[in-house]
Amino acid sequence: MDAKATERELQSLMIEGLGGDAVAYKTLLSKLSGYLRAYFRGRLARMGRGTVDAEDLVQEALIGIHTRRHTYDPSQPFTPWAYAIARYKLLDHLRRTKVSIKDLPIEGAEELIAHDDLSDAESAFDLQRLLDRISPKMRQAIQYVKLDGLSVSEAAARSGMSESAIKVSVHRGMKALALLISKGRST
Amino acid sequence: MKTSQFIELLSSDLQPIRRGVVGRTLALALLIGGAAAFGLMLVTVGLRPDLFEGASSTLLAVKLPFTVSLIGIGTLFLIAASHPGRNARRRLALAFLPFLAIASLALGAILLATPMAREDMVFGPEWLTCVICIPLFAIVPFATLIWVLHLAAPTDLRRAGAGAGLVAAALGATAYAFHCPGDSLPFIAVWYGLPILFWTFLGAILGPRLLRW
Repeated sequence: MDAKATERELQSLMIEGLGGDAVAYKTLLSKLSGYLRAYFRGRLARMGRGTVDAEDLVQEALIGIHTRRHTYDPSQPFTPWAYAIARYKLLDHLRRTKVSIKDLPIEGAEELIAHDDLSDAESAFDLQRLLDRISPKMRQAIQYVKLDGLSVSEAAARSGMSESAIKVSVHRGMKALALLISKGRST
Repeated sequence: MKTSQFIELLSSDLQPIRRGVVGRTLALALLIGGAAAFGLMLVTVGLRPDLFEGASSTLLAVKLPFTVSLIGIGTLFLIAASHPGRNARRRLALAFLPFLAIASLALGAILLATPMAREDMVFGPEWLTCVICIPLFAIVPFATLIWVLHLAAPTDLRRAGAGAGLVAAALGATAYAFHCPGDSLPFIAVWYGLPILFWTFLGAILGPRLLRW
């Protein structure tokens, strides 16, 4: 797809997302994460930095895009807006990690097991530690439905909660986690 | 955490976004900051006694055009700086124009004056109060503008901070102008110009510390 078509697609997804369309928004973030990953890996590699931090950066940029989405003006193109945020997060990261340039050998090993750009790479951000900070009921519901991949009825059977209670717990838990993430990272 | 899980988190419970939030908060910040500066002027130095007896001509002809144009240019810059991907640099560079204008006017006035009168033109009445009050009046506006930028997404923190300092000091100078007894052009150029430049540089220094996100 050429750049213009991509821009049109991302922009319309963003506008739907701003209107509250969670499906469009999720699609947008998934597509963006691929571009962001390629961008950060490319830049880090070109600067002789290891690309292990790329996934942290992808998620930092996604948080930035998410928590600052009210600064996107739908009358303007979307790509320059997202790029400016990605670039800001990269520069911020480079400033913060100036001291660790010497850690080159470790990165060599990491490169071998690095996923490719379309794979579902993992950041150093610890989901388990976040889960410990929400209520046990929410934690269990998220563990079953979101992490173990059980259906709502299976999760209900296993935990002894009703199906609607599972749904509510997952919903509230995800909201609480999202809040923890934006608090912990964006300030 | 896997990025797919992460995206799931961010897109769960998505709230619709109201348009124009940044513009509205910026307007509110200017209003609160400006009112605070003006109120501070009233309770500390007070209005110039002869303000309504013909002394307002310099205020309207020189002081306010200078400070208000800086507020305007600086505000346009802050709007651009709050929105990633917009070219904000050029807008901040425009702020040189009012400085250039007041400096040329001041220079002209000095050249035309007799050597005896020159020192009095610069070190006019209450010049010290002027350099103390303007930066002081700028503190609340600076805080409110930093709050706006903090809610927005500045990507050039140094410039964004400088812009906030510029607008805050220009608001402080606008408030002080209603007290200011100094009416010569060189007086305004020096004792208004310097505090505003001071806050612009201070803002540039504070920006990266205060605005990281």
